Amino acid sequence: MAVFKRTPILKDQLTHYCPGCGHGIAHRLVAEVIDELGIRERTIGTAPVGCAVLLYNYFNCDVIECAHGRSPAVATGIKRVQPDKIVFTYQGDGDLAAIGTAETIHAANRGENITVIFVNNAIYGMTGGQMAPTTMLGQVTTTTQHGRGGQGEGPPIKVCELLSTLGGVCYLERTAVSTPKDVMNAKRAIKKAFQNQIDGKGFSLVEVLSMCPTDWKLSPAQSVDFVNEKMKPVFPLGVYKDQ
Amino acid sequence: MKETKILIAGAGGQGVVVVGNILSRACVIERKNVVGMVAYGAEMRGGTAYATVILSEEEIGSPFVEHPDMAIILNRPSLDKFEPDILPGGMALLNTSLTGSMLKRGDLQRIDVAATQIAHDLGNVKVANIVTIGALIEHTKLLSMASVEQGLSDLFSSKNPKLVPLNIKALRAGAEQSRYISLRPAVSTRS
Amino acid sequence: MAEAAIQAGCRFFAGYPITPQNEVPEYMSWRMPQAGGVFIQAESEVAAINMIFGASAAGARCMTSSSSPGISLKQEGISYIAAAELPCVIANMQRGGPGLGNIRASQGDYFQAVKSGGHGDYHLIVVAPATLQELYTLTMNAFDWADYYRNPVMILGDGILGQMAEPVEILPYQPILEIPEKDYILTGCRGRLSRVIKTLILDPADGLVRHNEHLQEKYKRIESEISLCEEYQTADAELVVTGFGVTGRIAKAAVRKARKKGLAVGWIRPITLWPFPKQAYQEAVRAASKMLVVEMNHGQMIEDVKLATECAVPTEFMGKGGGWYPDEKSILDKIESMIKQPAAAAKGRVS
Repeated sequence: MAVFKRTPILKDQLTHYCPGCGHGIAHRLVAEVIDELGIRERTIGTAPVGCAVLLYNYFNCDVIECAHGRSPAVATGIKRVQPDKIVFTYQGDGDLAAIGTAETIHAANRGENITVIFVNNAIYGMTGGQMAPTTMLGQVTTTTQHGRGGQGEGPPIKVCELLSTLGGVCYLERTAVSTPKDVMNAKRAIKKAFQNQIDGKGFSLVEVLSMCPTDWKLSPAQSVDFVNEKMKPVFPLGVYKDQ
Repeated sequence: MKETKILIAGAGGQGVVVVGNILSRACVIERKNVVGMVAYGAEMRGGTAYATVILSEEEIGSPFVEHPDMAIILNRPSLDKFEPDILPGGMALLNTSLTGSMLKRGDLQRIDVAATQIAHDLGNVKVANIVTIGALIEHTKLLSMASVEQGLSDLFSSKNPKLVPLNIKALRAGAEQSRYISLRPAVSTRS
Repeated sequence: MAEAAIQAGCRFFAGYPITPQNEVPEYMSWRMPQAGGVFIQAESEVAAINMIFGASAAGARCMTSSSSPGISLKQEGISYIAAAELPCVIANMQRGGPGLGNIRASQGDYFQAVKSGGHGDYHLIVVAPATLQELYTLTMNAFDWADYYRNPVMILGDGILGQMAEPVEILPYQPILEIPEKDYILTGCRGRLSRVIKTLILDPADGLVRHNEHLQEKYKRIESEISLCEEYQTADAELVVTGFGVTGRIAKAAVRKARKKGLAVGWIRPITLWPFPKQAYQEAVRAASKMLVVEMNHGQMIEDVKLATECAVPTEFMGKGGGWYPDEKSILDKIESMIKQPAAAAKGRVS
């Protein structure tokens, strides 16, 4: 009989994430993959600025906390100095696709052999629900109180689609953590992204559509529906590049 | 000699920096202090590039040369631009192939050498800059010709040793085929 | 500087093109791989300094270089590196400012270099070479100081150093300090507890207060252990002239000429700008009744001179920003005018 246990790599720590937040699931998936691949002792993670800044409170591996958006540059520095280590970044939408867009695009284009976990919940969580680069048209946030309009605010940035044109990129897949099936699939994708790095194949990014009940002002259950009904049509799941 | 400031000016590609480099190397060989400078980026206007070298037996303060004691002028635009800057009573060494031999000022000493023509006759106009070094050393005795030849060999040996014999020839041709014209009692260095 | 860095064991360089320092990344681009190191032309100054953050966290001796506007962009990363107590070397070949300014030499970034520069309360060790030989040696020393104190070190030069050619004796690298093993770097947690490098300190409530105290204690230690300057005939000087970097060497030439004229003039050139060599100034004003500070800006280091001497003597300033540089003659003229003035302002002092 299968027993649901704590993943050994995750520390015995009370979560600071809100009820219904997708980060906990994403953390667990990354932790399970690291565990299953047996790479904890050679893994170095980067923590972003955003809700996941305290990532090192949960992961029992070496972690460096980066300035907002700079994780891909910091990861580049680490990986180039220690190519035998497994380096991953874990970034939110503001971190990866707004303030850190340049770092993301260029690390990807250089083909840095790192793994990027991109959690997209279409909003700035930690700062209290402002418009993110991935906020959808019409979506209400504290800085788009009548809904994001296309004029002056622009449509949401689709990261996988954007990066798929870059020569240095090895693997891009958009997943979600809003249904059990999606969770299983996200884990498969994350595992592949880490395996690619182990195999020296280059830049791999897994986008994870995730829930933010608090800033969406929805219940956890409604948030799941929001991902499935509102986000997936705008951000279609699937493999965007696999070389 | 206490301190001598030299300016080398010409068109980009005429090798003004190489002249500065060779003079600097010769200074090191003679255990003299030396500071070189090259013109940079947006300062390279009006078709002129220039480098400066300060030779001294004492510690060198400012690396800048505003009024050179001597100026090696490789083309006409450089002559127009830098003639007014030369120290009163200083020296202008002219590549007469490209500058003509006219100076506007009457207080300057002059060395004439048809450097580009001489270089052409040697088979490569690119060594015109080296010809002017030969002329400068011959008439000023600022450094020994042996040190300059050594400096030149050191420089080209690291890049392309095949170039050394031609450049040595150019140096000697410059020494032989140049003319010193003093318009005033010689005051070639500052003390 | 680039070769000195390689000699000192620098094995990671990230930079972004900006005049006047392009020779450094250009040299590193071919030399670094030859030395078995890593060169990256980053997509931005911001990315470059963050690559340094990562490389340093991974244990490499690392360096970035830029010029004024680029250094402004790097300030975020520099603050993080200082906060995380990671070693690295940052070169600033200053150009004219503010804004895009121009590409002429300037010393307008003195305040930025010695008074934190980025957000928060931290210090870089800042050195200001005046000759290429010194640039070579100080670059080597910079890596030792960075590792020993776990602190970023800035080489504050200017465009002139980049344009100059001077004979440099290529001396082999000799460590000036015994560097302890880097027990803080991230290497994967094989056989040990996992490590975290972070600068967010929320917990406990006074954690950041204590971290700041810890940093300040370190800065005090650095101040007590490093202080470099060059002095010339200050013992009996009535007037002491001072300037840093290239300005310092130009001022010295003027002071030597003044001495030849029989004027009682001395000279100090700080080599470390932070820590500032206060003691040399304090000793100088015991004899001197006046000071002259020469800078290629509108008066920045003069504040530290006045603080060091506690305004004990009248201190005059000579300088301009934006690409102006002093010549020996104008400094000499200024010296003569100051010495001719009766030392009335030096009231109450016994000279």
